[in-house]
Amino acid sequence: MDKTLLTTLTVNGRTVTRRIPARQHLSDFLRDELGLTGAHTGCEHGVCGACTVRVDGMTVRGCLMLAVQANGRRVDTIEGLSDSGEIADLQGAFHRHNALQCGFCTPGMLMSAQELLSSRPDATRDEIRTHMAGNYCRCTGYQAIIDALEEVLASRRGGRK
Amino acid sequence: MKAPEFSYVKPGSLAEVFDLLDRHGDRARVLAGGQSLLASLNLRLSEPELLVDITGVPGLGGIAVSGQTVRIGALTTHRQIENSAEIAQHLPLLAQAVRNVAHVAIRNLGTFGGSIALADPAAEYPACAIALDATFVLARRGAERRVKAREFFRGLYETALQPGELLTAGEFPLAGAGYRSVFLELARRHGDYAIVGLAAHARVAGGRISDARLAFLGAGSTPVLAVRAAAALEGRQPDAQAIAAAQATLAEELEMPADLCSSRATKLHLARVLLGRALGALGA
Repeated sequence: MDKTLLTTLTVNGRTVTRRIPARQHLSDFLRDELGLTGAHTGCEHGVCGACTVRVDGMTVRGCLMLAVQANGRRVDTIEGLSDSGEIADLQGAFHRHNALQCGFCTPGMLMSAQELLSSRPDATRDEIRTHMAGNYCRCTGYQAIIDALEEVLASRRGGRK
Repeated sequence: MKAPEFSYVKPGSLAEVFDLLDRHGDRARVLAGGQSLLASLNLRLSEPELLVDITGVPGLGGIAVSGQTVRIGALTTHRQIENSAEIAQHLPLLAQAVRNVAHVAIRNLGTFGGSIALADPAAEYPACAIALDATFVLARRGAERRVKAREFFRGLYETALQPGELLTAGEFPLAGAGYRSVFLELARRHGDYAIVGLAAHARVAGGRISDARLAFLGAGSTPVLAVRAAAALEGRQPDAQAIAAAQATLAEELEMPADLCSSRATKLHLARVLLGRALGALGA
């Protein structure tokens, strides 16, 4: 039985093939093997949200997915979302609202926020709070983050970016 | 922490899965969504030698309505249940409950079958399955059997699943005319493990409640069906007296063990509060 598996996955649009230990979770693989350190390891059991990345278009906890489970799948990290410009409006709003301080939770916040904004363009402030409840922040007290999301939702609804 | 070392295999058929489970016994663990299993491995709460990833096996997913039954495949994710028009229409109790399962990122991968098979005392689906009188399909090599939800949950993380068996689906009867459902849960923060929860399903006709199935989660090692509360309500309107009578039965029927955050008295109080709210919602 194999403790390492030859795995092929697409990361931020580039196809990558590596022999990966079964025990290595996706976050550690992205960080340690590919140098994509935007996804952060906080609690390593799924509750803090700092490791949130996107697999086949859905947010997942990188710490609760084995890297070998990403075989044949498409992974997007914060680096990809940022470089492509997909979340430029979100990033601008975070700056304007001071929605980040140390930045540890921020990549996960942005990944979760982008999923919400894409799937629920009419989300209310309450719905924003419920959706984002899975991402913890120790610095900001959250209100600035919610304010930033409200602003971006409104502007995307208005057709401006 | 990091998970201990293990081997991993992703079979393409049920036959291969059974072969692996029979060969490796309790040194192997089934991996579906992994949202509970991988967390427990990262916390080093278990150290299996082999993970058998069943997400590549065909036929274990999907939500299908046929005749009087809604079949939910074991690999159906929470997110699929949340987004399902069939579930919203035919099993509204599940549609309400699934919104309390962790958070979106976990619901994107976590599965119905995984939640049932793990049988965490604070899980939402086991209580719903009991309230809705569901049946689980358990398969082994060459055979399949069905176990009622009310007989499936045996103890703390203990179910009727035998070694070599796999949960493949849940079968839920369509509700009869006049039935309503309410799911309520209390947690310290949205998405946390429940302190206590209630899956309530009852017939409401002419303002009167009958055939109430009130399944509490977080009330003991397994979900608890509050039959005395249901008996106290049978045929009555859920007015203040009926609700009080039902609430009074909970102290005898619910074990409600204390935990790190709440005493038994607190949890019993919260259970009474949830029952009152659920009955108010059912009667509205």
